[in-house]
Amino acid sequence: MFYRTSGQFKTTYESDQALFPIKQDMILLAVILAAMYVVFPMFASEFTFKALLVPVLIYSLASLGLNILTGFAGQLSLGTAGFMGVGAYACYKITSIFPEMNVVVALFLSGFFSAAVGVAFGLPSLRIKGFYLAIATLASQFFLVWLFEKWAWLYNYNASGAIEVRTMDIFGLVVTGPNASPVVQYYFVLGIVSVVTFAMINLTRGRYGRTWKAVRDMDIAAELVGINLMRAKLSAFAVSSYIVGIAGALMVFFWKGAAEPNLFDIPMSFQIVFIAIIGGLGSVMGNFLGAILIVALPVVLNLLPGMLGLNIGSATMEHVNVMVVGSLIILFLIVEPHGLARFWALIREKLIIWPFPH
Amino acid sequence: MTVMEQTLEEAKKKAEEREVLLDLENVSLSFGGVKAITNISFNVKKGEIRAIIGPNGAGKTSMLNVINGFYQPQEGVITFNGKKRKSMKPHLAVDQGIARTFQNVALFKGMSTLDNIMAGRATRMKQSMFWQMLYWGPARQEEIEHRKKVEEIIDFLEIQHIRRTPVGTLPYGLQKRVELARALAMEPELLLLDEPMAGMNLEEKEDMSRFILDVNDQLGTTIALIEHDMGVVMDLSDRVVVLDYGRKIADGVPEEVQSNQEVIDAYLGLSH
Ligand SMILES: Nc1ncnc2c1ncn2[C@@H]1O[C@H](COP(=O)(O)OP(=O)(O)OP(=O)(O)O)[C@@H](O)[C@H]1O
Ligand SMILES: [Mg+2]
Repeated sequence: MFYRTSGQFKTTYESDQALFPIKQDMILLAVILAAMYVVFPMFASEFTFKALLVPVLIYSLASLGLNILTGFAGQLSLGTAGFMGVGAYACYKITSIFPEMNVVVALFLSGFFSAAVGVAFGLPSLRIKGFYLAIATLASQFFLVWLFEKWAWLYNYNASGAIEVRTMDIFGLVVTGPNASPVVQYYFVLGIVSVVTFAMINLTRGRYGRTWKAVRDMDIAAELVGINLMRAKLSAFAVSSYIVGIAGALMVFFWKGAAEPNLFDIPMSFQIVFIAIIGGLGSVMGNFLGAILIVALPVVLNLLPGMLGLNIGSATMEHVNVMVVGSLIILFLIVEPHGLARFWALIREKLIIWPFPH
Repeated sequence: MTVMEQTLEEAKKKAEEREVLLDLENVSLSFGGVKAITNISFNVKKGEIRAIIGPNGAGKTSMLNVINGFYQPQEGVITFNGKKRKSMKPHLAVDQGIARTFQNVALFKGMSTLDNIMAGRATRMKQSMFWQMLYWGPARQEEIEHRKKVEEIIDFLEIQHIRRTPVGTLPYGLQKRVELARALAMEPELLLLDEPMAGMNLEEKEDMSRFILDVNDQLGTTIALIEHDMGVVMDLSDRVVVLDYGRKIADGVPEEVQSNQEVIDAYLGLSH
């Protein structure tokens, strides 16, 4: 009933190709955007910003980047965190070398560095596939973390070996560093994530999306319709690593405020793979659903014992979290490889025909 | 002359008059020790439907793979549209106007019918990534332009009802039709079909035959097709080339080939 499509006929290809051919989708999006841009900032506490809203957005973005490569173009990668690190360190160096530069400009520039590194490590994909490629990306992960540790120039020869974000402002508004307000940082992250998501929805439904999916589904046939495999794969590595790099820079500059090399180690790479799998490979929206689940679950589990009046230590709940996430991964891999995004698609389909299922 | 002989003469004359589109001269292809094609010469003429037949393992699929640049023959000269080929790659064949379908359907399973066919136009779409990220201006214009062309093909092959269906869930017969649609979206000059009717029931075969004739007739596309069903081959094709164990054993109009003793033996398995 809510998803009535009757009377919504498409008479031109223009309208048929519109982003939201069904009016209800548009309304739903408007509601979500209103919540994100207006309602949350009005009511959220500092804790909610720091522990839920901002991390969900940043992890969604990183997972979106991985999804372009793995979900759309079919190239397995286990090195996401390493490329996030490249983005973060690039942004750190750019803002130290050009202290006057607007931090948003620096952020978008740093993406080009992670894109270049991504393409370089993507070159093996021209010869190897699947498992072997995953191992190659894992190697890049080890190499990059090693580099972040050993190359002192990257962290400006700090004694601590960590990078710390100094206070920066945009037209007088403090946006980074210890004095930045969480609401301001939230709006920045939200704005950037919105822009990149919009661009990726468009890219994946057009020629690039089809080319990537063609390579994923059957590379031989893709070649025989004239698709240049090298260009297709490397463009996926470039776009993916660009987004992942920006996510890494956002993480350090607008959320954590500082980072040590081991932040970008394997655990985070796996965490992002999990988000992409639970959310749904080959989907843009799924990344957000997956990130909400993975970020919110430990927070909720931590609060749960107190709410129920039980005396369970947070260390125990951490174990519970690991177990729940592990089971979910296995469940999704077996039952629904297309993740939460598919669940939503099914619900939506049911709503469209409800209450007349035939 | 009997009536039968007269029509045979006419068919031969018609074939004579046509211009050569693709010419193969003494082509040989082997995989290690296995000789898939031995010293074969034949041509495909503009506007005709050319059938390639032969028993299993005769080298028919290998022949198509050579034509569209998937395999590089060790020997022989291939001329397409008057131009002699040097080294060949599949994407070069696409640029020259050669499209094909596969013996075992090779569609993009996770994509919709529409997207599969649109993918056939990948090389014709040129708008930059920047415009595509906005999905606006020239990128949107281009998408709509190609969509129109694709919709024509969808109407032509009568697959409107499965436009949005992921092709992996379609029955085999329809998948074959979508694959033909994708090949047509490339607007080829030469269309290579590898057993387009394999695994189909009679009704589907009739539909497919009609589509092949329509493509040839209305779009003027030259077609080379591999087919096992003799009835279909005799009805559709202008000329037939017969392979057996990688060699050419006959070449001519269907009536001629049908009565050739060597062909009869090969199909009955007598000569070996
Ligand atoms: N990639 C390859 N590597 C090795 N041998 C091959 C390869 N492709 C084909 N062959 C061999 O070449 C010969 C011809 O095979 P081909 O597939 O061209 O036959 P076909 O006429 O299409 O048969 P069918 O009617 O069964 O499709 C066979 O002996 C086959 O085993
Ligand atoms: Mg074959």
